[in-house]
Parts: sequence; structure tokens; C-alpha cells
Amino acid sequence: MSEPDVIIVGGGLHGCSTALHLAMRGVRALVLEKDHIGRHASGVNAGGVRQLGRHAAEVPLSVASMALWHGIRDLVDDDCGFESHGQLKVAETEAELESCRERAAQLTALGFTHEEVVDQAELRRLVPSIAEHCLGALVSRRDGAAIPYRTTFAFKRKAESLGARFHEGAAVARVARSGRNWRVETADGVAHEAPVLVNCAGAWADRLAAQLGEPVPLEVIAPMLMITARVPPFLKPVVGATGRTLSFKQFPNGTVLIGGGLLGRAYRDENRTDLDFAKVSTNARTVWDLFPIMRSATIVRSWAGIEARMPDDIPVIGPSGTEEGVFHAFGFSAHGFQLGPIVGRITADLITRGASDLPIDAFRIQRFRHTAAAA
Amino acid sequence: MKPRYDLAVIGAGPAGLTAATLAARRGLSTVLLDEQAAPGGQIYRAITRSPVKNPSVLGTDYWHGADLVGPFRDSGADYLPGTAVWSVSRTLDIGLSRDGAARILPARHVILATGALERPFPVPGWTLPGVMGAGAAQILLKTSGLVASGGVVMAGSGPLLWLLAWQYLRAGARIDAILDTTPRENWRQAMPLLPAFARSGYVGKGLKLLLEVRRKVKVIGNVSALRAEGDGRVQSVVYRQGDGAEQRLPADTLLLHHGVIPNINLANAIGCAQSWDEAQRCWVPDVDGWGATSVAGVAIAGDGAGIGGALAAEHRGRLTALDALHRLGAIDRATRDRDAAPHREALDRALRGRDFLDALYRPGKDFRVPADDTIVCRCEEVTAGQVRDAVKLGVSGPNQTKSFLRCGMGPCQGRLCGPTVVEVIADARGVSPAEVGYYRLRPPVKPITLAELASLPKAEDEVAAVMHH
Repeated sequence: MSEPDVIIVGGGLHGCSTALHLAMRGVRALVLEKDHIGRHASGVNAGGVRQLGRHAAEVPLSVASMALWHGIRDLVDDDCGFESHGQLKVAETEAELESCRERAAQLTALGFTHEEVVDQAELRRLVPSIAEHCLGALVSRRDGAAIPYRTTFAFKRKAESLGARFHEGAAVARVARSGRNWRVETADGVAHEAPVLVNCAGAWADRLAAQLGEPVPLEVIAPMLMITARVPPFLKPVVGATGRTLSFKQFPNGTVLIGGGLLGRAYRDENRTDLDFAKVSTNARTVWDLFPIMRSATIVRSWAGIEARMPDDIPVIGPSGTEEGVFHAFGFSAHGFQLGPIVGRITADLITRGASDLPIDAFRIQRFRHTAAAA
Repeated sequence: MKPRYDLAVIGAGPAGLTAATLAARRGLSTVLLDEQAAPGGQIYRAITRSPVKNPSVLGTDYWHGADLVGPFRDSGADYLPGTAVWSVSRTLDIGLSRDGAARILPARHVILATGALERPFPVPGWTLPGVMGAGAAQILLKTSGLVASGGVVMAGSGPLLWLLAWQYLRAGARIDAILDTTPRENWRQAMPLLPAFARSGYVGKGLKLLLEVRRKVKVIGNVSALRAEGDGRVQSVVYRQGDGAEQRLPADTLLLHHGVIPNINLANAIGCAQSWDEAQRCWVPDVDGWGATSVAGVAIAGDGAGIGGALAAEHRGRLTALDALHRLGAIDRATRDRDAAPHREALDRALRGRDFLDALYRPGKDFRVPADDTIVCRCEEVTAGQVRDAVKLGVSGPNQTKSFLRCGMGPCQGRLCGPTVVEVIADARGVSPAEVGYYRLRPPVKPITLAELASLPKAEDEVAAVMHH
């Protein structure tokens, strides 16, 4: 078997997307995944495809990614269950509505127009079932949601069809220089070499970074989600709240997904999470308040994925600060799904052209040099 | 209800009743949580309140359940019927729902006595009204004194099928035929195990029952293919004997049964390690001789840890309780071992001959691995063919089919599709189910309403107030 040009560690959406964008340029990528494709954050997240409310540094990337989402079938030959009925953040008080207005003004000043404030009448038109006390919302109309595992799997399949290779059940045990190459050994004793290494290892990415001499303060988190049995269709957009933590949407099959980033406990060495039902209950109360229609709905399942969060809540994207031929894309801090399509392209650009046309300085790994050393 | 118990036992069948009885009698503060309104589990369902007044209808084995309920009532254990347990955390906080509200009840030790489920029996038409599990029919009989009216056809394999036929006949039901799907070759594999079975004490009772049923009902053996047909509800059953031509029987009710398998959902969701049991062709939690699982403080008694039947469950309940006493520091190891000896002996007696039943009544492959157009996941209407297509795309296990096809994602959380999905994937990949694995199940393992969840008391004092009410 010929050696690859690039070894990507981690078969989540970002790893698969990077493999796809490389394969589209004729670069041979090998993805090493310790479990199976989309096993963790990429397969079990809420599936929100959201520009709304993003950190200023992420906005240009998010807008560029949204363009890819709207042509997702052309990119990966599968619609990924993507539906675009908008996302909105409900304001329950006048103060919250005012903060929505400030946010929209801020974005306009930056040159972006995808977020707008709507009044109570428009909110009720978009979300007829919203509780009466809600006064308005911040809306991003081209946002939506997709099916996470299906999306990740579609990226993998398309990449594979273009020549990328995927080794599942291949946990990376060690990386080391081998002449001009990186030598990557997996736990089952197999070694691969390539001149370029990409770290898309999600909640495990700090271990790889540490081996490369650049430790990062990564926190392993387990955002919790729950889903209901089918109820009659009542909701198209994805609904969040301004003053509370909530992510709420109904799938075409009638089930309703309730999330919002409340955390359970993660045990990454065991690939396991524990739920914290006291917090799940908080989420249930939020839904109770905002969607009276949901009070009799039945919860059939709840779960949490294992993800990485950085101290400043934005990811690490870009070249290594210590080693040639190494690139990072991790630490998406519970909102990396929408960015998946563009981050793969950015990383492929960095590898093949040495630069990206999108602003990524804010995501440099070097920003943690001091904090990680102190930690 | 106390704010915290030494021991919480989940499930009031024979294992749960004996475990709670023994533990409470020997001083542990014990609570028995059960979903049903009255004790008995499935096998002794409604034992204290069955409307079936003629004891001969259900048989003497059924009425033995009353011998377990009396001592339990006198044991001092608290009893919470009508309680759905939907989660147990690693820290042994039990999530439960009762009277429309949810609570978290902490315990120092937990015994799961969640019993068995009927093995899914996916044949074309099994989702038609009028088709149901023999177990469900038996529950109707025990709790409400009801039998299916009109012409009943029973199909499948295993002791429960014969027992239900016998009970049905005694209750005056009309059984038109029994389609026995036990594969011929099973006899060859079971024969060497017959001597132990012959000494088991079941053999006399079993034979008598079998002969009585066979005298009164047409039994069609070596059935190799089966489907239910009907417009809006089952009207006929189409079957094949061996390689023979298709035959058709009219039926108002079709009762299906392919044995029982452990109900592992709660244990799985807690994270108890489990293994594939080749003899019983099902996943079973890993337990030691005392029922202890891989999760500290969680033990399993009875059929939930592997099918052994009601009598075995009784003794396994006592053994698990003795181990709980030991682990909680109430008795030393020597006392545990000494007191366990008679129960262990009784357990060995109760399990004698089980190998023979496992070998004889192992369902044939065509019924475990259905054809493409048969629905395997009823909640999401996913067919065996769709599962095979997903395997062709590179899906290697049931957790990926869950993400990919939504099978196992419905309200039953895989109870009705899990075993079949595993068999279909294993067959399509040409590997053992052991390699394919099983669903990672998620709490709540019993559906609860948003309102119940929202009612969960938040602060410590709030919890205490609820528990003391």
C-alpha cells in the first residue's frame, strides 16, 4: 500500500472534511480513527447549522461554511438531512431584546447582515407555539439543522470515493519525526509515514499537541441532549433562548430535540459520559416555560457526547507553533458542526497553498503558550 | 420513603422479592421499586389479585409466587409499586417516576431484578393488529382473566409457548393450531444434554403438559417459514413445513413466541459490561457468582443476568442479597459463604437441565435473521433489507445503524429490534454477534414526560421534603 501525503488523526467531521478537501485536490489522505467515524461529538451533537450568535472571530468562517452547506449535496452527494428554516434566539424580556438589537448592530458594523431582530408578531409567525410572554427574537434566516452522523458519514464516503483512506479502530499511540516524514504508530503496532500530520482528534487532541511540544489547556466536556417521542409537527426553525441555555428543534419525523450545552460528566479514557439529571431537568423547565405545547411530550432518550472546549470558547485552527508539517483543527467548544465543511477547506488550503483566504489568526495555537505552561 | 436506602431492589419478580426479603430481614434498610401495581413480576404477575379464581387454570407453579409475597410483606422492606425506574447513575442515584412526578433516590447498593423479555420474533406481518407475543397474552390472562376470542394460532418454540397453550385450553380458549418452529437439527444437539434434563424435575411436569396440549390441539412441526396476512388485522397465517409447499390457516389471533432473553436495558444504560451468550443467543450482563456486575454497587439477580427460570431467579435473588449484606459491611465473608450454601445448592438444582432447553429451543436462523422486506424495528419501520444496505455502505455495528437508520431510536429503545439487528448485521458481515456488539442504551430507559422531568426536585432540601412526604 502506498504511503499517504497527509495523515489525519481523528475521524470526526473535521477530519473527514479535511480528507475530502485534500482528496478533491488529488492529495492522498489517510484518516486514523480510534473508534469509528463520527463516534463522538460529530455523530451525536444537536446538528445545528448555525451562524447565529457566533463569536466575532468565527463569523467569517461560519458565513463561508454556510455557503457550502447550501450546496452540501454537490459537495458530498448526500443532502445530509440539511434543512434551512432559520435559527432564532428568543428574547423573554425587554432587556434581552435590547441585547439582541446591540448584537445585530455589532454584526452590521462588521459588515455582516445575516442576523436581524424581529418583533413579537414576526416571532409568532415563525414560531406559533412560543409562549406568550416572549417579546421578539434575533433571527438568522438561512440557518438550519442537519443530521450529524449522516453528515460525517457522507463526508467520509465522498472522501473515500476520491481516494482518501480510513482506518477505523486505529488509536494513535505515538508520533515522531522520521527524516522529513511524520511517523505515526497506532496502538495495534501499525506505523504510517507522511510528510504532513493533521490533528483533528477532538477531545483527545491535547494529547497529540503535547507530544508535539505544544500543550494546550483543553477541557473535556459532555454537552447533554434529549429527544422526545413523535409529536404532531409544530415547529420549523431551530429555537434558542437569549437569557437561558436552550437549543430546541423538531425533526421532520416529529421527534423534538432538546439541548443547549448543559454539561454532564465525560470520561474520555472510557469513551463514556454520565448525565446529570438535575441539569437535564433545568432544560426541561426551560422548555416547559417557552413551549407549553411540549408539557405532555415523552422523553425517550438522553445522551451526551465527548467534546473539547478551549478556555476562550473558540477552536484551534492552523499550523503548529512548534513543528513543520503539522496542522491543528480541534477544540470547537460545542459549536463545531456548522464549521466542518469550511474548516476542511481551510486546512487543505494551508497544506496545499500555505495560506487560507479566510481570517484565522484568532485561532492560532500559540495563544495558549503561557496558559498551558502555567497549567 | 426514606431519604436514602442501604439497598434498592428494582423489580418485584421472584428474584427481586427474595433479594429484598432476605436483605430487609437481616437489617438493611431496603426498598423494592416496581413498575407494576402489585408484586409478582411477569411470571407471577398479579399473584395477589388475579381474577382467575380456578387455580388449575394457571397451574401450581404459578401459585407458588404467593409463597414469596407473604414473607416479603413481613420483611420490613419498603415497597413502592407503580414506580418506573428510568435511570441509575454510577453514583447509585436512582431516577424514578411515580404518580406523575420524577425523583432521584440515592442508594448504597442496587440490585437489578429486571427479568426477561420475549425474544423479538420478526416475521412478515408481525406488526398487524391481532398478532402479539405469547407473553403478552399470558399477562392478559393473569391480570384480567382474558383470553383471545375466535380462532387462535400459536407459533414458535419454547416452554412458555406450551405452558400458555395449556393455560389457554384450561381457560376455555380455542386454539386452532400450534406451528412448532423448533428446527429438527436442534434435537441432535440437545440429545446429549437430555440425561441431566431428565433428572431436573421439570421433565415429568413438562411431558404431562405437552401431551395434554398435543391431545387437544393440532401441532404442526418443523415449520420453516411463517407470515401473518390480513387487511387491517391478521386474518390468516401462511407457513411452510420443511421444504414443503405453502399452507394457509385462518386465524383471528396469532401468538408468537421464541423464548425469552434477559432484559438488559437498564444494566446496559448504567454501563454494566455485557457479553454475547452463544448458547442462548443473546447479550447478557457480565456477573460473578453473586450477581455483581462491572459497575461497583450494582448487582443483577434473576433472569436479567441470564435466563434460568423462576425458581433459579428466587435463589439468585437470595445470593445477591447476601453479597449486598457483605459488601455493605453487615456480614463478613465467611457468614455470607456459609449462609449462601443451601441457596447455591438449590440454584444448581433449579438450573439442572437448562442446557437441554437452550439447545432444543434455540430459534432457527431464518427466524433470527429475517428476509429483506421484514420489518425489524417497529418504532421506526426499518426493514432487514435496509439494515443490510447500511452494512454494504460500511456500517459495522448496531450503534451506527441507530445513527444511520434510526432503528433502535424509538420509544422501545431497542427492546423489539436490538437482538434482530445484531443478528442481521453479524450475518451480513459474516462475523459473530460478539464482534458486532450491541446498542449503547441511554437513559431514560423508560419513557418519562417532560413534565415529570421538569418536576425533578433541584436542591437538597427540596429533595428531602419530597422524600419525607
